[in-house]
Order: sequence, then C-alpha cells, then structure tokens
Amino acid sequence: MAAVLEVKNLTKKFKDFAINDISFTLEKGYIMGFIGPNGAGKSTTIKLIMNLLKKDDGEIKIFGLDNVEYEKEVKNRIGFVFDENYFYEELTVMEMKRVIAPLYKNWNDRVFNKYLKEFSLPAKAKIKELSKGMKMKFSIAVALSHEAELLIMDEPTSGLDPIIRSELLDILTFLIQDENKSVFFSTHITSDLDKIADYITFINNGSIVFSCAKDDILENHGLVKGPKEILDADLRKYFIGLKETQFGFEGLTENRQQVKRILRDRAIIDRPSLDDIMLYYAKEVQHV
Amino acid sequence: MNIIISNSSQEPIYEQIVKQIKNMILRGELAENEMLPSIRSLARDLQISVITTKKAYEELENDGYIVTVQGKGSFVAAQNKELLKEIRLKIVEEKLAEAVDAGRSIELSLDEMQEMLKILYEEV
Repeated sequence: MAAVLEVKNLTKKFKDFAINDISFTLEKGYIMGFIGPNGAGKSTTIKLIMNLLKKDDGEIKIFGLDNVEYEKEVKNRIGFVFDENYFYEELTVMEMKRVIAPLYKNWNDRVFNKYLKEFSLPAKAKIKELSKGMKMKFSIAVALSHEAELLIMDEPTSGLDPIIRSELLDILTFLIQDENKSVFFSTHITSDLDKIADYITFINNGSIVFSCAKDDILENHGLVKGPKEILDADLRKYFIGLKETQFGFEGLTENRQQVKRILRDRAIIDRPSLDDIMLYYAKEVQHV
Repeated sequence: MNIIISNSSQEPIYEQIVKQIKNMILRGELAENEMLPSIRSLARDLQISVITTKKAYEELENDGYIVTVQGKGSFVAAQNKELLKEIRLKIVEEKLAEAVDAGRSIELSLDEMQEMLKILYEEV
C-alpha cells in the first residue's frame, strides 16, 4: 500500500526539549490520530511536517516526496487546519476566501460554496464574529476546497463542544469514503475522534511510545483490577503502571492475554480507553 | 439489515460485526449474492474505523461467508447447501439438548417431553 505520510528518524533539538528520532507511517485511505499529553511534541512534529520548523535530522516524505524539496507541490495537495485562528480577523468569510483561493492550484469555488452551505457559515460575517466552532469549520471548508488528498489538523477539537466535535467526526468519515483521502490529526482529547481513527501514534516526551492500528492497541492492553494480595514480583513485571490503594490495585498491561491466563478469575480485566492508556504511559515516564 | 455494536462489550467490535453478519446469512436474512455495504460506508454509519470493518470482512471472507470482487464490492457467497443444512440441524440439536437438560432437572419422563413437543410442534 502507498504511504501518504512517512516520518523517519525525525530529530529536532531545542534548549530544553527534543523530538527524539521519531518514525511513523500513514497509509493512503486511513485516519491516524496523533495523541499525547500537552507538551509531548505533537505541534512541533506537525510544524516539522509542514516545514514551518527546520528539522535537525531525519526524513519526512509526503506522497512519497521530500517535504522541503517539493514543498510547493506537496502543500497544494494538503489541507491544513490549525488550532489557532490564522485568518485576518477584520475580513469577512468571502473576503478571506478571495485572499486564500489564488494560493492554490486546484481551488474550487463550487466546492467551497457547498461547504459554506453545509456548515451554515455566514458568508458576510467577519472572521472575528465567528464562534470557535465556526472558525474551525471555516478552516475545514478552506482545507477541503482545493482537492486536498491529505488533511493535517493540529488539535482540531480543543475548545469545541461535543456537538461540533461530533459534526467534525461526521465530516471526516464522509471525507474518507473516498479511499484516496487520508487524515492526520493531533489531539489530547482522545474520547471522541478516536472512535474513527484507524491508527494511533502516541508521542510522549518527544519520543514515540507506539504507532499501530487502534484495534490492536485496545485488544492487547488490559486494565486489571484486583486485590493487593495477588500482586507479587512476577506479576508486577507485566504492568506498565500500577495504582495501589487500600482497597486494591489497578494496573495497565500490554499483555492482556498472558495476564488473563495467570490470574483467571482472581482479578477483573477491563478494556482500557485510550485515555487510560495515555495516562499510564505518561505517568510511568515521569516516575523513572 | 441491522448491525448493533456495543462499545462496552468485552468482545472486539470486528467480532461483533462478524457474528451478526454470519447469523444473518445462516438465518437466510441475507440471501446468496446479496450485496453488502462497502467497508467504508459501514465504518461511517457505525462510526468506527475503516480498519475494523475491513478486518471483519476479511474474516467473513476467510470463513467462506462472503466474496469480495475488486472494484465491485462484497457479496454473500454461494452457500454450500449441505453444510448450511448441517449447521442449522446442529442449532436445533443444541436447543433440544438444552430442553432435555431442563426437563431432566425436574424429572420429566421422555413420554411427557415427547407429548409436550408434539403439542408445541402442531400448535405453531
């Protein structure tokens, strides 16, 4: 299968933070969620992909092309949605469109107007008068109006209410009905958009913890809850993190089947949410 | 066609899909050669990932329940009639075994149970 986004051994050092040798690949036709706590390196990575920051080392290929050497061509085929508003506040929606449209080779006014209508965006309203959710929808309308094959979004759901988040979910699932389109988005809210993500790449402290199919992650991990008496040194080895209270323990394992075989019915093994998984991995790093 | 997904079930989502489609085929609710929804539209409607529905279809295909034609879609496979009949017979057998167990636990005789079965059979 063809890779639309390929990050290989990417490294970027700052004074007090670094992206350490990260690698992951997104195949055509799929959605990848890029998750991690605040300050883990999500936005930095996205800026490196968009060539808004200069990398120290490594390789970034989009549609099989180097993202710096072929920047113009690559960006024509990408729709980019920022967390922050990067439009001119004083312009109206239509005026802003007229500024943006000439920048893209494949701009399609018909498509843009269709999305305006679909998202109920007021064409004559000034950008600053739009709510946060409306601004996000406007960004998406722009991103989708030049036949982008890859949608890259940095924290698209932060600060949005559940209704708009669910609308965004519908938009994305509709988008990838076309199997030539792909989506890459970062988020620290893992609960809603992750429903539809095919792959999850988890970054923590500048390093990739894992990058795999979401179903595999959820199947292999288990949230184990049981009495403290059964926690011996052998069993502890299976846990990524443990919480112990006077009433028992709760721990995350990445080897659910094995732990199940050992414990049988002496403990409960729940399906963890991505939030649970993120929490335990992030904590573990802090403790070490 | 109805597919109901539970997010709180211990059973992985793709298995829930496989089981429900298999049942629909075995019960004859999905006929031979009937077209199934595309992997992507099923994912959209159930609001789950494409990989999940893809995995479900792959398993159904491996088990011989459906066939996928490149560029056309997925269809209910022509079922082996003998095999299908056998599976259905097995279901009946299992249910009867259950009934026998239940009958024995309150010490019903074989005659009494046969009588009961006869009434039920003729009633429906």
